[in-house]
Amino acid sequence: MNGVHDLGGMHGFGSIEAESGKPVFSARWEGRILAMTRSMGYCGLWNIDIFRSARESLLPTIYLTTSYYGRWLLALEDLLVRYGLVARDELAAGRALHPPGALPRILTRERVPAVLARASFERPTAAPAMFRPGDRVRTRNIHPQGHTRLPRYARGHVGWVEQVRGSHVYPDSVAAGRGEDPKWLYTVVFPAAELWGASADPTVRVSIEAWEPYLEAA
Amino acid sequence: MQLRVRALESILTEKGYVDPLALDAIVEAFEHQIGPHIGARIVARAWIDPDFKKRLLRDADEEVRSLGVAARATHLQVLENTERLHNMVVCTLCSCYPWEVLGLPPAWYKSFAYRSRAVVDPRGVLAEFGVALGGNIEIRVWDSTAEVRYLVLPMRPAGTQAWSEQDLAALVTRDSMIGTGLARQPSEMA
Repeated sequence: MNGVHDLGGMHGFGSIEAESGKPVFSARWEGRILAMTRSMGYCGLWNIDIFRSARESLLPTIYLTTSYYGRWLLALEDLLVRYGLVARDELAAGRALHPPGALPRILTRERVPAVLARASFERPTAAPAMFRPGDRVRTRNIHPQGHTRLPRYARGHVGWVEQVRGSHVYPDSVAAGRGEDPKWLYTVVFPAAELWGASADPTVRVSIEAWEPYLEAA
Repeated sequence: MQLRVRALESILTEKGYVDPLALDAIVEAFEHQIGPHIGARIVARAWIDPDFKKRLLRDADEEVRSLGVAARATHLQVLENTERLHNMVVCTLCSCYPWEVLGLPPAWYKSFAYRSRAVVDPRGVLAEFGVALGGNIEIRVWDSTAEVRYLVLPMRPAGTQAWSEQDLAALVTRDSMIGTGLARQPSEMA
């Protein structure tokens, strides 16, 4: 979706406040919402793409005016309601009012190391890879209503394939409820001028990771 | 927010969906076990061991696992900064970050300002971090749009030939492994 989360190239957000030595969580609740999100993610009802899609589906005004972990809270609440695990009246009351739903699995303390290991998103696919390193490709000028990982600034531009990453879970499909539907994933490199015009810095290149359906031969 | 998060935790606990002890363990891991010290150890090892570096650049997952760090890396690529190439990492769409080797991202990495500007004005962004690169140095910005994660291998500061791996690791800042900083100079370590 063409949402406000797709920030690459936008102007007007001001300068960057570099910092170091700050605590990992600026308030206790930030750690709790991160942990709840990880824990509920472990249950197996949704994956990271579905959680990202939930954050992106927040109203643009809400997205832009809510803190980072605040957006996580809102997205997690939405997912819990959507999957029938928590009802809105329970969120309003701040306590459980209905019997719990069934979960495939629940994260216990002993299993925490499992969620601290990054999962692999590589999946086998029968189709051969359409592109090879060095191939010129054009990103498609697509504007899907649902979740996608092709940023707007990188649509409709010519770059080249630098690496073939293997066949990976396709976010656009998972987030739409159509399963993992693995697709080949490529590192695609663009000169800055291709993305931003002739006045762009000639020493800059930008790369994205692009699934095969985002690309066509150029 | 605080009250709302507390309410949600109560609901999830009452319904048996979460185990508060598991939540404690996750918070504890990110506050005390997983952080930039892991990445710094990888960088320092790569600086002193050319064979390790070669393997790391080829297959980071395998080499990071061999160090026995707390979190397992998957789809990790190490990007080497050189005299001619400076790598810098961003996630314009959300906040994808190699937390297994750097811990959770700093606030600026998740900010709208960084996410919007890193891909269009990397030199301007670097200047705000106090990094002025020569005009002849190519900048490569990596937008983390998939589950591939990147760890920048900063250049080893001059005058550190005799340094131990542990002392070298102290020169490696978090920002230098994201590409918005350089490793500290020995003179900064007074």
